[in-house]
Amino acid sequence: MKYLALVYYQESQVNAMSEQEWHDLNQQCIGCVEGLVEKGKYLAGQALHPTDTATTLRMRNGELLISDGPFAETREQLAGFYLLDAQDLNEAIQLASKIPPARFGSVEIRPVRELPPKDPV
Amino acid sequence: MPDDPLTSAPDIHRQLDQLYRQHSRQVLATLIRLLGSFELAEDALQEAFAQAARHWPQQGIPAQPLAWLISAGRFRTIDRLRKQKHETALPPREVEQLIESPETTGDEVITDDLLRLIFTCCHPGLGREAQLALTLREVCGLTTEQIASILLQKPATLAQRIVRAKRKIRDAAIPYEVPEQRELPERLQAVLQVIYLVFSEGYACSSGEQLLDVQLSAEAIRLARQLVQLLLATEAMGLLALLLLQDSRRETRLDAEGDLITLEQQDRSRWDQAQIHEGQAWLERALKQGHAGIYTLQAAIAALHAEAATPDATDWGQILGLYDHLHHQLPTAVVALNRAVALAMHRGPEAGLVALRALAAEGQLQDYHLFHAAVADLYRRNDQLDLAMQAYQQALALCEQEPERRYLKKRLEQCRFQQVRDDKRYQNKGLDR
Repeated sequence: MKYLALVYYQESQVNAMSEQEWHDLNQQCIGCVEGLVEKGKYLAGQALHPTDTATTLRMRNGELLISDGPFAETREQLAGFYLLDAQDLNEAIQLASKIPPARFGSVEIRPVRELPPKDPV
Repeated sequence: MPDDPLTSAPDIHRQLDQLYRQHSRQVLATLIRLLGSFELAEDALQEAFAQAARHWPQQGIPAQPLAWLISAGRFRTIDRLRKQKHETALPPREVEQLIESPETTGDEVITDDLLRLIFTCCHPGLGREAQLALTLREVCGLTTEQIASILLQKPATLAQRIVRAKRKIRDAAIPYEVPEQRELPERLQAVLQVIYLVFSEGYACSSGEQLLDVQLSAEAIRLARQLVQLLLATEAMGLLALLLLQDSRRETRLDAEGDLITLEQQDRSRWDQAQIHEGQAWLERALKQGHAGIYTLQAAIAALHAEAATPDATDWGQILGLYDHLHHQLPTAVVALNRAVALAMHRGPEAGLVALRALAAEGQLQDYHLFHAAVADLYRRNDQLDLAMQAYQQALALCEQEPERRYLKKRLEQCRFQQVRDDKRYQNKGLDR
């Protein structure tokens, strides 16, 4: 099964980090990815720039509406994601518990939904 | 079970009923593993018993009835899936796997399956309310209507919650397994909490008229007993002991009008001695095994109450010591409150009031009616009736359960009566002088 692990934290908390702390966190994330790759559990992943770089769009009545920033104001902001290959939810939890920001932010685990087969032409 | 073809049909139906009551959950638990789905397993369970009702009167009861039922349920389901292969909700690949999967239905597997079912229903990925509803539905086999009425919820809301929980188990692939040794202590805590919740829901419904629901506490004891049989963990034994000891007082907790009777005033001769003995025996085993946790400690406290022939004979010193340990492991306001009451019983009301005032200063308990009731009770014992009445009023303002409200009102009246009497006595003395 594929699971998407969405990593959230308070950007303010990360902004308050010293340069060294930020450097260490990034190195830990690199280490985490290496560990997942070694186990053959890593399918994809990426860290994201902060939410002040985000752009939100909507299509309404054929019209494209674009706005600055994320769609919703939340306590924690999306900071990155991992696509994991795990046998079941327990394994996904166990793998995601190693994601470094889990220690101060949170990680939401979502099972990937496969789309139904394409309609015959 | 007799394997006698001459056994009469009504007799077989009676035995089948009994088999359903006692073992349908085990059959279900194994079918969930074999079919990989709660929904398919539930249908299979009904089909298996329907088949038995049809065939057993002619063929006699098979030598291994549970294995027969499991096999029949599995076979019928796979047969049905094979026929509707193209219309089924399951992806074709999974149907193939199901059809090819080997059949294993030894007795030892069946008991493991029940554990799998319990741990799956109490998986931390499900919310506490979903865990509770799912456990009552799948492990206890109660109907959605029964659970809704017990938990004071609309049947539709409850049904929705159970459907959602099952969907999450399926879509997020919550595994149908007993946790590994490494995770077991933590996962067991969730199971114990749910069982305790089942018991306390039955012991005192959170609001409304009825305070006792005998059936539900019996269900919880049955669950705890099953868990202990499957898994000899200290805290599982501690929980079973605690439930048995608390339940031994069930008959004496309410008077004929349905009003609460405090531990102090209960008729101890009517406590269920058989339950007390069994509770004590499980407690001893738990204590011998070591690593006493919150349930074993609470059971030890309950046992000390059960062992006291009269309220005065209660070993409050030891109870206080146990509360200290409990508070160390479970530092909640409620435990602190009970500890303060034990302190008052051991060293006098003044000491208890000092501890309660310290708790109030922390500001955790102001909205909790039992806190004010405890304060009131200690003032009353200390002959500070004005303060006692004030605290009873505060407790009443916060309390929603009708029997407890009646109890508090009764106490308040007693204080008023005592005060008037004391005043008269004082006036009479004044006249004498």
